[in-house]
Amino acid sequence: MTKSGFVIANMFRKRTRTILTLLSVIMAFVLFGLLQSINSMFSAGADFVGATRLMTQARVSFTQPLPVSMLPKLESIPGVARVAHSMWFGGIWQENTPLFVFSVDPLRYRDVYPEYVMPDAQWQAFAHTRTSMVAGKLLADQYHWKIGQKIPISSNIYPQKNGSKSWAFDLVGIFDGKDDAWRRQTNVAFINSDYFDEANGFNAKGRTNFFILKLTDSQHAESVSKTVDAMFENSPDETKTQTERDFNLGFVKQVGDIALIVDWILFAVFFTLLLVVGNTMAQSVRERIPELAVLKTLGFSDGSVLGFVLAEAFALCLCGGLVGLLLATALGAMVEKGTGGQFQVALDARVWLIGIGAIVAMSILVGLLPALRARRLRIVDALAGR
Amino acid sequence: MSDSMVQVKNVTKVYERGKQKVEVLHGLTLDIPKSDFVALMGPSGSGKTTLLNLIGGLDQPTSGEVLVGGARIDQMSSGQLAHWRAHNVGFVFQFYNLMPVLSAEANVELPLLLTKLSAAQRRQNVGVALQVVGLTDRAKHKPRELSGGQEQRVAIARALVSDPQLLVCDEPTGDLDRTTADEILGLLQVLNREHGKTIVMVTHDPKAAGFARRILHLEKGQLLEQAA
Repeated sequence: MTKSGFVIANMFRKRTRTILTLLSVIMAFVLFGLLQSINSMFSAGADFVGATRLMTQARVSFTQPLPVSMLPKLESIPGVARVAHSMWFGGIWQENTPLFVFSVDPLRYRDVYPEYVMPDAQWQAFAHTRTSMVAGKLLADQYHWKIGQKIPISSNIYPQKNGSKSWAFDLVGIFDGKDDAWRRQTNVAFINSDYFDEANGFNAKGRTNFFILKLTDSQHAESVSKTVDAMFENSPDETKTQTERDFNLGFVKQVGDIALIVDWILFAVFFTLLLVVGNTMAQSVRERIPELAVLKTLGFSDGSVLGFVLAEAFALCLCGGLVGLLLATALGAMVEKGTGGQFQVALDARVWLIGIGAIVAMSILVGLLPALRARRLRIVDALAGR
Repeated sequence: MSDSMVQVKNVTKVYERGKQKVEVLHGLTLDIPKSDFVALMGPSGSGKTTLLNLIGGLDQPTSGEVLVGGARIDQMSSGQLAHWRAHNVGFVFQFYNLMPVLSAEANVELPLLLTKLSAAQRRQNVGVALQVVGLTDRAKHKPRELSGGQEQRVAIARALVSDPQLLVCDEPTGDLDRTTADEILGLLQVLNREHGKTIVMVTHDPKAAGFARRILHLEKGQLLEQAA
C-alpha cells in the first residue's frame, strides 16, 4: 500500500457517486476542448497555407453583390488559373424546407471545383439548358429527385419578372463528391446563371455574391489575395479575398460573437461543475471526519491530511479532465476529417495546456475548503463526534 | 534512570464550551511504570478519556506536566506531537476506527507509511503484527468482512506495527460480546507480559479491568484510589 494507493482507494469509497462525478467532469472537459478549439478557430489569423482556392466577396459583406464584369481582371492576375462566380438563390422546397441553391456559370464552376464529379454530358446539359439545375447526390437522394424531373423551388429572395417567387427547374444532372469528405458536401444545388440573370425580377443581372479563384499553385495564395484586394481598393466595389475556410467561418460568425458565446457557455459549464465536484468533495470529507482524526492519531500531520484531501480532488479532476480532453481530441479529429478540413476543431497543444491548467485550478477550487477543514479538525472533538 | 513510562504531574484540564468553562481534571498526579498494565475506571464525566487523551498526546493540559518515555509531550507543538505519536504510542479505540476502504493488512500498514521503510520491509512488519494478533489468514479482507473481534485485532495490530512502547486503549471491548472481549483482553495481557508493552486502558467493565495489573479510579477529575 502506498499513499497514492490510499488516495485512490478513498476516491472510490462510494463508487456510484465517484463515477457520476467523473462523468460530469469528462463531459465538461469534452465541451471545453471542443469549444476552445472552435474559439481558436475563429480567433486564428488567416492561414493561406495549402489553400488552392480563394473566395472574393465585397469588403463590406458578401450580401452586397459584385459585378461579374470583374471576372476578366481577376483571371488576369498571375497565379490565378480560373475564376467562377456564385450567387445565393435562397431556395425553399415544398412547404418550408430551406435548400442551398446557388446561381453559377456551369462550366466555370466545373473547372474550379473538380471535386464535384458528374458526367461531362450532364455538365454540358447544365451549360446549354436555360432552365437547368444540377443537384448534389445527398440532396437528390434525400428528396428522391431523378434526372428529367421538373423541380419546383421557391426563392425567399428573388421573384421572377412576373412577381412570382415560385420557380421551376429541369434537373439535368446529379453530381457526387470525389471522396467521402466531398460527398458530404453534395447537399447543394446549382442553377444556370444566364437564366437567373434573365428571369429574376430584381434586375440583379450581371451581379454575383462572390468569386471563386482557382490558383495555379497554393504557394501563391497569400500574394494573390493581396493583389486582388489591392486591385479594387478605393473602387466602388472594394473586395475582401480569403481562403475558403475563412470564408465558411465568416458565415458562422454571422450568428454572433462566437468567442463571447463560447466563453459564456464554458463559464456556465465550469461553474456548475465546481458546484457538483465541490459538493462531492465536501460530502466525502464530512463522511470521513473520524477516519481523518484516526490518521492524525497514527501520526499523520495536519499538512499530510490536507495533502490527502487535495490529492483526492486532483485525482478526480485529472482522471475526468484527461479522459474528457482525449475524447474531445478524437471528436475534433472526426469533425475535421468529416468536413474535409474546413472546420479544424482538432485540439492543439495550446488547448491541451489550457485544459491542464483548468484541471489544476479546478482541483484547488474544489479541494481547498474540504482540505482546510480536514487540516483544522481537532482529534479529540472529531473522535467524540463533535 | 526513571522506571516510569508515564508521569502526570499536577495536571489540570479545562474545556471551554461556548462561554462555559468545564474543569475536567483537577491537579491530577499519576505515575505509570514501564511494562505496567493500568485500567482507568470511573463514572461518565470523571475525566478518564481526557486523561487518556493527554497521555496519548491527543490533547494538551491546561496546566501541569505530562511526561511519556521521558519526553515532555505537554510542551510539543501539534507537528511534533504527530511525529511523537507515530513512533511512541499505539491507539486502540472502542469502535476500531479502521479505514473501511482498506484491507486488514493495508490498515495495519498505514502507520508505516510515515517511516522510511521499504515496501518489502513494511510488508514484513505487517506480517509479524498480524501474526501476533492471530489474523494472518484474514489479511486481505476488508473490515466489513471481519467480525467485531477480528476488527479489534486488526486495530491492535495497527497499534503495534510501529513497535511503540505505550498502548493507549479507550474501551477496547466496549462493542464486543463477553467471549470476544476476553479474547481481546487476553491478547493485551500477552502484549504486556511477553512483549513488555505498557498499556493504559479506559473501561467501564470491572471484568475487563480485572485483566489489568492495577486499577485506578477517577471521579470528578481526581484519582480516588488504586487497586491491585
